[in-house]
Amino acid sequence: MLQELLDRLFSRGTAQKTSRETVKRRLQILLAHDRADLSPAVMEKMRQEILEVVSRYVEIDPDHSEFLLESDQRTTILTANLPIRGVKEVPDAPKIADSAANRIPEATSSTLPPAEPSADSPPDVLDLSMLDAIDAAIDPKTISSPSNEGRQTL
Amino acid sequence: MSRIIVITSGKGGVGKTTCTANLGMALAQRGHKVAVVDADFGLRNLDLLLGLENRIVYTAVEVLAGECRLEQALVRDKRQPNLVLLPAAQNRTKDSVSPDQMKKLVNALTKVFSYILIDSPAGIEMGFQNAIAPAKEALVVTTPEISAVRDADRIVGLLEANGIRNAHLIINRIKPAMVAQDKMMSVKDVQEILAIPLIGVIPDDEKVIVSTNRGEPLVLAAEASQRGLAGQALQNIVRRLEGETVPFLDLTPPADDFLARLRRLFRPTE
Repeated sequence: MLQELLDRLFSRGTAQKTSRETVKRRLQILLAHDRADLSPAVMEKMRQEILEVVSRYVEIDPDHSEFLLESDQRTTILTANLPIRGVKEVPDAPKIADSAANRIPEATSSTLPPAEPSADSPPDVLDLSMLDAIDAAIDPKTISSPSNEGRQTL
Repeated sequence: MSRIIVITSGKGGVGKTTCTANLGMALAQRGHKVAVVDADFGLRNLDLLLGLENRIVYTAVEVLAGECRLEQALVRDKRQPNLVLLPAAQNRTKDSVSPDQMKKLVNALTKVFSYILIDSPAGIEMGFQNAIAPAKEALVVTTPEISAVRDADRIVGLLEANGIRNAHLIINRIKPAMVAQDKMMSVKDVQEILAIPLIGVIPDDEKVIVSTNRGEPLVLAAEASQRGLAGQALQNIVRRLEGETVPFLDLTPPADDFLARLRRLFRPTE
């Protein structure tokens, strides 16, 4: 109590966000997801694939990586924050595909599904509700539904 | 060429019907022939806010069924001869009317009225589809709350998908004192997030409830003091609708005195 008062007197309390800032931030993320209309399954698959590609070149810290959809004006932005632990030796070009799987750090590889070229196999490794997985499997077009295309370019 | 404007919001209870009643009345006061259309079949309210509930004989449903002529269903406002209400049926569901039928009704109204305001029901289902079908323009009403803003965003998307690109934002029930204390999103916050042009900011005002109790839209009040800031804000919206440039009301609360600031210091953050 006294500590809190002291914090506020010396404006150290500004570290705590006002509810106005909190609600604005929540809305920006919420609306980005609403507008993009990506199912959680597709979002997770994309996250996994991006991690996989980046992991071929650099060693990333999967526990502290962050994927966020945000909206600014009427544009939706995907932000990926991937802390790099170290740079890997890039293998010869033709070998990239083969060597990728072996070079992924322990922590990431355990959560990575094998790269799936076809969109019709559901991402079974993911901890997601069946419905979303089925959605994504049946309708690969959810990534770019026509009703939303117009908005994102605005 | 008549203007057909739908007033919509997604979320219920943010002030669509209050806006429709007041904007309709204010437009009529400026000499336009105005029809306000209640598209909320099954849960009609617009008649109550206009104080016309006891004068409804026929509704849009009877017109569509051929049981009466359109002009028989129109309720004329005795206080303002330029204004009529086309009531919705109370004993039907929203599925009893189709978007095509709504278009037909509104199209018939355009022959006589220069403004047709359609009061949309909450939600995005059939009732909403009916309400937006005839509209060329939209006024999206929201309050500075997370759920209302989210729903408004959804509505803006659906309006665009249905070819209504002329949409303006009304931010209702703003509490300037709360904004000043960072406890409520500001007009700028909401507008930044929704990113459609702003046409009105209506402060929270108890006078709105009193006017609803009486069935007399705020803008009808003879004196400015009775209309209050909310009534003035609504009149400003009408002027902006007609292309005038009207500055937004200054809603900044009176500066805090020293005691108020001291008191806030001792209150937990909200």
